[in-house]
Amino acid sequence: MTINTLTKGGAQREQMYCLRKMERVIVAMQDPDMGMKMRNQRLLITVIPHAMTGNDVIEWLIQKYNITEEEARHLGGLLVQYGYIYPLREPRSLLLRSDDSPYRFQTPYFWTSSRWPATELDYAIYLAKKNIRKQGELVDYEKENYSILHKRINHTWDFVVMQAREQLRASKQRRKADRIVLECQEQAYWLINKPCPGAFDVLDLGPERCNVLSSRVALNADHYRREIEHSRRALGRNRVKSSICLESFMKYSEQYLHHDPIMSGCLPSNPWISDDTSHWTINTDMVGIPTRLRVERWSFSFMELLNDSMGRREFMIYLEKEFSAENLCFWVACEDLRHGESSKIILKVEEVYKNFLAPGAARWVNIDSKTMERTLEGIKRPHRFIMDDAQMHIYFLMKKDSYPRYLKSELYKNMLAKAIVPQETKKSVFPFMRRQRHSSPSPAMVTQATEDDGKAKGAGPTGTSSTTNSQI
Amino acid sequence: MCDQTFLAITFGPCDSCSENRPLMNLYIKTEPINYCSLCMEIMACQGLASGETLKSLKAESETLRKKLEEERKKLHDVELEKVAEKAEALGELNMKTRRTLKGHGNKVLCMDWCKDKRRIVSSSQDGKVIVWDAFTTNKEHAVTMPTTWVMACAYAPSGCAIACGGLDNKCSVYPLSLDKDENLAAKKKSVAMHTNYLSGCTFTNSDMQILTSSGDGTSALWDVESGQLLQSFHGHSADVLTLDLAPSETGNTFVSGGSDKKANVWDLRSGQNVQSFDTHDSDINCVKYYPSGDAFASASDDSTCRLFDLRADREVSIYSKDSIMFGAASVDFSLSGRLLFAGYNDYTINVWDVLKGTRVAILFGHENRVSSLRVSPDGTAFCSGSWDNTLRVRQEGRGVGRELKQGGTTLYG
Repeated sequence: MTINTLTKGGAQREQMYCLRKMERVIVAMQDPDMGMKMRNQRLLITVIPHAMTGNDVIEWLIQKYNITEEEARHLGGLLVQYGYIYPLREPRSLLLRSDDSPYRFQTPYFWTSSRWPATELDYAIYLAKKNIRKQGELVDYEKENYSILHKRINHTWDFVVMQAREQLRASKQRRKADRIVLECQEQAYWLINKPCPGAFDVLDLGPERCNVLSSRVALNADHYRREIEHSRRALGRNRVKSSICLESFMKYSEQYLHHDPIMSGCLPSNPWISDDTSHWTINTDMVGIPTRLRVERWSFSFMELLNDSMGRREFMIYLEKEFSAENLCFWVACEDLRHGESSKIILKVEEVYKNFLAPGAARWVNIDSKTMERTLEGIKRPHRFIMDDAQMHIYFLMKKDSYPRYLKSELYKNMLAKAIVPQETKKSVFPFMRRQRHSSPSPAMVTQATEDDGKAKGAGPTGTSSTTNSQI
Repeated sequence: MCDQTFLAITFGPCDSCSENRPLMNLYIKTEPINYCSLCMEIMACQGLASGETLKSLKAESETLRKKLEEERKKLHDVELEKVAEKAEALGELNMKTRRTLKGHGNKVLCMDWCKDKRRIVSSSQDGKVIVWDAFTTNKEHAVTMPTTWVMACAYAPSGCAIACGGLDNKCSVYPLSLDKDENLAAKKKSVAMHTNYLSGCTFTNSDMQILTSSGDGTSALWDVESGQLLQSFHGHSADVLTLDLAPSETGNTFVSGGSDKKANVWDLRSGQNVQSFDTHDSDINCVKYYPSGDAFASASDDSTCRLFDLRADREVSIYSKDSIMFGAASVDFSLSGRLLFAGYNDYTINVWDVLKGTRVAILFGHENRVSSLRVSPDGTAFCSGSWDNTLRVRQEGRGVGRELKQGGTTLYG
C-alpha cells in the first residue's frame, strides 16, 4: 500500500511548473551557440561582464518563438518580474525596457524556484548586512521588517549578526566587480521575495489547493476495483468515429457563423461598440416582429425552437391547428416538475397525471403502453424525475414528426417572410459625440411586475415558469 | 527496517495492535490514523478475495486501461486539423476593451453574466460580490460575504438572485432586492454545505437548484428552497476546481475538472460518473461545453487548453504554444464555437481557432492574472475578470470609427 504525500502545497506546485519552463528559456538564452550575445556593460566606473540590453532580450524572444514584439516584451517583462533577469540601472524597477538598458541573468543559486519560500533567517542576515554596511541604507519597509524579525527570531540574533559580519568580510576580499555583481544579485532576489508592501507581488498565490488530506489516494483493493469497474463500463460504451464527430463541429460552426456576433458582427450594431441597444430591443422575447436570423435559427434544431419563448409560442399555435398541442403542454409541465421546487413535486405530479395521463383526461397524451405502465407505477412514489421517460417519448415524437412539418408549414414560412433584417447603422458623422447609455430595468423588477399581475397557472401557451424570464 | 526508520515520523502505540512501534501517520477519509507498518499491510490487503493479490488487481486495472486506449484509437480515423483544412481561415481579430469595471478593492476571482445579456455578477478576494450593469458600468447591488476568497459566483436564470461561496465552504443565495436601501445580506440563504472550499457553482435550468463543486473532492446538487442535498457526485481523488452544465437536449449531464488532472462527466439523475478524461498534465482549472453539447474544452495549469469529444470519447485537439508558459485559468467558446477564449496566469488572453488549432490573437490589458472569462449569453462580447481588481468587457473592433475608452463610473451609493 502506497501513500502519496505532497511535499509542497498545490498552489506552489502550479507555480513551479511555470518557473521550470521559464528556467528552460533562460538556459536557452545563455546557450553559447543559439543564445544571446552578451557584452560588457559599464555601470558608473566599473565594467560588468556578461550583460545584455533589454532590446537584445526582446529580439531573441521574437526570433525563438516567432511572436510579435508586443508579446516578446510581455514575456521578457515576466522574466524580469520573476527575477530571472535583473536590471543593472534602477534595480528597484522591475521592468524590461526595450532600449539599451543593461540586464543580467540571475545566478541559479538565487532562482525563485530553488529557494522558495525565502526563509526568515536568510532575510534577517541580508537586512543585517545592509544595515552594517551602511547605516541608513535600509528603506522604510525594510526597517520595519528588520525590527519585526529582531523581535521574532531574537533567540538567534547573535547568529544573524555573526553571519552578516562573516559574509561582509568575505565579500571584501573579492574583486570589486564580483562584489557588485553579488550585491546586485542578492538585492534582486530579495526585491522579488520580499517586495515593498503595495508593490506588485509576483509570488502571490491563491488559496491552498490539493489539501494534503484529500490528495492522499489509498491505493488499496477498493481503489483498483473501482478503476476496473470504470474501465469495463467505458469499454462497453458506444463510440463514434472521429471523422463523424469532427465533421459535426465543422457543420455547427458554419451553420452558426452568421449568428456569432464576434465573428460576423450584429445588426444594426453591436451595443458594446455603438452604445446603441437596438440590437437587444429588437430581439426581446415579446417583440412584435422577430428578426430574420432569429427565425432562421429555429430551423437549426428542435432545441433552438423550444429555447426561444417566441418560437415555442409559434410552435404551440401550429400544434393547436394540428390538434396535438397537448404534447407541448405536457413537455412544459414535465420541465416545470423537473426544475421546480422540491416541495411542490407531489402536487405537480398529481396535476400532470390529472391533465395528461389519466384515462379520459382533458389533454391526454399518446404514450406507448410500456412507458405509460412504467410511469403510472412510478407515480405511486413521486419524485422529480418520474416523468422523464414519458417526457422523452413525447419530446422525440414532436421532434421527429411535428417539428419537421412545422418547418415546412405556411405558418413558419410566413414568419420567415415577415421577419425583419435590420439596417446596419451608419457610422456617426461626429465620432466624438458619445451616445447616452440608458440603463435598463432589472430583471428582478420585471419578474415581480408579472407576478403581481397574476400568475399564469399550469402549462398554458405562454406558461411563465421561473425559467422563462422576461429578457431586456 | 531501513525504510521504516526513514518513513516513520512518530513512535508510539499503534491504533490497531496497541504495540509500541514506529508509526505511519496517514488519513483515511479525512480521519487521522496512526498504524504501525504491519497493521498497515494487513489493512491494505483487506477486502481481497481469495486468489487475488493487490498486484493482480493492479495488473488487471492496467490491462483494461490499455485495452480502452486501443479501442479509442481504433475509431480515431482522422485528426481535427485535417478535417478543418477546408474551413475558411479567420481574418485578423481585433478585440478592444469596451468597458472597464472598476470598483473591487481586491482580486476579482469569478464572474457570471445575467440572461439579460448586460448584467454581470463578480466576486473578489475581500468577500465583496458586486452586481453590475456592464453596459452603463453602474453598480447595482453589492454584498459583503462573511468570508474571503469568494471563488464562485453565479447569476440565476431569472435574474432575480445570485449565488456565491468560497472559503466558507458554503454556497449562499441572495435574492436581488429592488429596494436599494434594503440589506441584501439579511435575506441570505445558505444552500450548500461542503467540508472544504467552494470552487464553483451554477444554477441548473431554474432558480430552484444549484450545482456546486468543492475542494473536498465532491460535487453536489442542492435544492435551493430547502437547502437539501439532492445528489452528490464522488469520484475525483483531489479538489474539484470547476464544473459546467451540459446544454444538451436531455439536459442531464455535467462535466467537472479537478486537481487530479481528470475531467469527469456525470449523470445528474444517478450520480454516476459516465465518462472520464485524464490526458492533462496538471490541475484542470476550468471546463466549458462546446455550444452543441457534444464536446467540452478544458484549461489547465500545464499551460494548454484541450478539446474533448464526448461521442468519440477522446481528446481531439490541444491548444498550446511554446511561448505560453503559464497556466490557463479560464476558457469559454464564442457563440458558434469557432473561437475559444482562454485567460492565462501571465495576464494575457489568447484566442484560439477551435477547428484549426492555431492561435488567432493575443490580448493584453490586464495587469495581473486573468482569473475568469465568460462570453455573454448572446455572444455579443466577452468579459474577463482579473487579479488586478478590474473586469474588462471586450468586443471586436472591426469597422467601427469610434473608440470609446471609459473609466469606472460608480453611481452606487
